[in-house]
Amino acid sequence: MERKAQILSGVTFIAMLLAIYMVFIYAPIERKMGILQKIFYFHVSTAWIPYLAFLVVFLCSIVFLWRRDKRWDTIAFCSAEIGLVIDTLVLITGSIWAKPAWGVWWTWEPRLTTSLIMWLLYAGYLLLRRSVEEAMRRARFAAVYGIAAFISVPISFMSIRWWRTIHPVVIKPTGIELEPPMITALIVCLVAFTLFYFCLLQQRYRLKKIKDEIEDIKSELGG
Amino acid sequence: MRYLIAAYFAVWIVLFLYVLTIERRLAHLSRELKLLREVVKKSKGLSP
Repeated sequence: MERKAQILSGVTFIAMLLAIYMVFIYAPIERKMGILQKIFYFHVSTAWIPYLAFLVVFLCSIVFLWRRDKRWDTIAFCSAEIGLVIDTLVLITGSIWAKPAWGVWWTWEPRLTTSLIMWLLYAGYLLLRRSVEEAMRRARFAAVYGIAAFISVPISFMSIRWWRTIHPVVIKPTGIELEPPMITALIVCLVAFTLFYFCLLQQRYRLKKIKDEIEDIKSELGG
Repeated sequence: MRYLIAAYFAVWIVLFLYVLTIERRLAHLSRELKLLREVVKKSKGLSP
C-alpha cells in the first residue's frame, strides 16, 4: 500500500512538471487573448476534478446504502472534501480569467451560477456530516444527500450547452476547437490533475482511517 | 500578465496549503495512534 502510494505520488509529480512544461513552453500563444489564455489549461483541468470527485461521492454513496460498509462512506467523504477544495480553485481562477476576458469578476450566467450552486450543495454535504453525531446515521444521511446533490453535476456540465451563455464551449460533439498542440497540452494537464486527485484521495483516506482508529481506541479506553 | 500570475499563484498556493495540512495532520495522528497502541498493549499486559 505504502509502495503504491509512493509510486502514485512520483508519477503525479512528474506529470505535473510535464504539464507546466506543456502549458508554458510547448503550447503556442493564442492570437486573440495572448498569454492570458494559458489560464485556460489549469482552469479546465481543475474544473474537471470536482465533476469526477462528486461522481465518486455519488457512486460510493449508492454502494454504501447497498452494502452498509463504512469504507464507502469514508471514500465519499474524502472525495467530497477534495472536490470542494478544487471547486473553490475553479471559481477563483474562473473569476480571475473573467475580469480581463469579460470585464467583470463575476456574472450570473448559467455556468457560473450552476457551479456556485454545486459548490454550495457540497459545502452543505460537509456541514451535514458535522451535524450528526452517530456514525452510521451520519453515513446514511450523507449518502442520501450525496446521491441527491449529484443532480447539480450534469446540470453544471450541460449548462453551457442548454442555455445561452457567454462562457465558451470548447469541447463540442464535432470535436475540440483548439490547435493540435493546445489539445495535447490540455490532455497532459487533465491527466496530471486526475492523478493528483487520486493522490489526494489516497492520502485523505489514510488520514480519515487513522482518525477513526484513534477515536475507536479512545472510546475503548474510556469505556 | 498579472491576471495569469494571480491565477497560477491561487492554484498552487491553495493546493500546496491543502496538501501540507493533510501531511501534517497525518504525521501528527500517526504519532498519536502509535502512542495509543502502546497504551492499549500495556493495559492489556497489566490486566489479569
